[in-house]
Amino acid sequence: MAEIRNYTINFGPQHPAAHGVLRLVLELDGEVVERADPHIGLLHRGTEKLAETRTWVQSVPYMDRLDYVSMMCNEHAYCLAIERLLGVDVPIRAQYIRVLYDEITRILNHLLAVGTHALDIGAMTMVLYTFREREDLMDAYEAVSGARMHAAYYRPGGVYRDLPDRMPQYEVSKWKNTKTVSQLNENRQGSLLDFLEDFTSRFPRYVDEYETLLTDNRIWKQRTVGIGVVSPERALALGFSGVMLRGSGVEWDIRRKQPYEVYDQLDFDIPVGVEGDCYDRYLCRIEEMRQSNRIVKQCIDWLRKNPGPVISSNHKVAPPSRERMKGNMEELIHHFKLFTEGMHVPPGEVYAPVEHPKGEFGVYAVSDGANKPYRIKLRSPGFTHLSAIDEMSRGHMIADVVAIIGTMDIVFGDVDR
Amino acid sequence: MSEKLDRLSQSLADKFGDRLRSTVVACDEVTVVVSASDYLSVARTLRDDPEFRFEQLVDLTGLDYSGFAGEATEFRFAVSAHLLSVSNNLRLRLRAFAEDDSFPILDSLCELWPSANWFEREAFDLFGVMFVGHPDLRRILTDYGFVGYPFRKDFPISGYVEMRYDQDLGRVIYQPVTIEPRENTPRIVRDENYGNVGHG
Repeated sequence: MAEIRNYTINFGPQHPAAHGVLRLVLELDGEVVERADPHIGLLHRGTEKLAETRTWVQSVPYMDRLDYVSMMCNEHAYCLAIERLLGVDVPIRAQYIRVLYDEITRILNHLLAVGTHALDIGAMTMVLYTFREREDLMDAYEAVSGARMHAAYYRPGGVYRDLPDRMPQYEVSKWKNTKTVSQLNENRQGSLLDFLEDFTSRFPRYVDEYETLLTDNRIWKQRTVGIGVVSPERALALGFSGVMLRGSGVEWDIRRKQPYEVYDQLDFDIPVGVEGDCYDRYLCRIEEMRQSNRIVKQCIDWLRKNPGPVISSNHKVAPPSRERMKGNMEELIHHFKLFTEGMHVPPGEVYAPVEHPKGEFGVYAVSDGANKPYRIKLRSPGFTHLSAIDEMSRGHMIADVVAIIGTMDIVFGDVDR
Repeated sequence: MSEKLDRLSQSLADKFGDRLRSTVVACDEVTVVVSASDYLSVARTLRDDPEFRFEQLVDLTGLDYSGFAGEATEFRFAVSAHLLSVSNNLRLRLRAFAEDDSFPILDSLCELWPSANWFEREAFDLFGVMFVGHPDLRRILTDYGFVGYPFRKDFPISGYVEMRYDQDLGRVIYQPVTIEPRENTPRIVRDENYGNVGHG
């Protein structure tokens, strides 16, 4: 009889299915996982410490680089924290723009999550489909901020500027001839809102395509049904949030339960899972994309009808317009103070959570009245989810670890901070 | 919202009485501070009592109050835990100060909420706060063999060592850091009436 040996193997730090730099030490009994010990921190950049040495506004771009798949949602939590400490009101149009972009971000994130999850466990095609739609949404990011990913578009007090009237267009080049360019530019003739409206009308059909590829796919179901099951009680105790919590059947969504911005005026449903396995969480993500699409539509309708300011008129927080700064002494002083010293945030502490695509992303900000934060703690959903990987993967086969990492929707910028 | 928070702070006062060092309601949030010896027992009641039912530990973080320009604190290190009650839709911040600045030590919340495990490892790693009863208090975010507690206020932003590949030795080596942090904007705390010259 052959001798049976137990193995301890290293999964990562460089592994295509680890979604970044995760070193996972797996203790195996044959092919069955007995213990999973994640070693994280390989992408630790000390964002929280860096934020202590920068003025409040200078840290906004750092937030994009946390969860680099859902950039604007991170900024959103950070700006909310500052606004709550300052007690400053955000113009209603800015709130709608933020919600619009939060939901675009949610779609972006779920497209990547579902696409790469499927890629990890064998469905190559999915990622090609989902990245097609990500391209359009990235263009929406670019139109508004100039950057496809690290937007730095939200500011304490509102957003940096209003939505553009014109979409950037493709140009003829060595690689794209006139015919291709005119095809690509077909839905970019109008404003950003026209472009997004066109997208929202196309998107439900795309989601149907994803479902055709996966929902009834036999292999997909074999790999996800009954894998990584978490009971609702355990999910709460382990600190889960977002889809990880809702997939287990707990109806909890911060957008609905503790609404921020204008979520209480919008119409959307919260999908909830039943079994708490990877498949249910996949279904939740698919449905959330449809619901986000609905919210985006409502925001577009509102934004078309209601022009207005997009950043607070309190010039202790937000800079005055260029034009007024040139013609008015007081505005010039405000401008100078804001860009040299930065704003002062009154002493106090606040925890501002948002319903990030991955779960609850919160910013705990402590201020002592200086122009820099005293302490910023970033509560990232991925960190808590990954801490449960030992419990979730115990007793599963080694190949299921990949399915579990995929369903957690781990991004290391977010876990390591 | 504020009515709900007043109710919560009232029931906290009824339940714990003198065990609460302070209760603050600000920015739509309730913060309670307890002493290190009451920390675990208060947390247990907060989780189990049907009036509170804080089923979830959302976040836990270390804090270093040395150099804090706001209200002075008695001790240097503290731990802030953010609790969430899904059934009552409430949030609460629970803070305890570690009563020894040279060797900060607090009870672990791992037995109450398993999610505390990594949060406490992080607070230990970055602030050097020890947690009694933690099953596996290892460093988590910093490098293997890292020395010091990087998020303490007396730890420089550039750190003490840097790493590079040494051509002669053929391996990665650590050496004292060669960069100096640059501060473009100094940290300033203005007093309350700064800029108010008295004529509007």
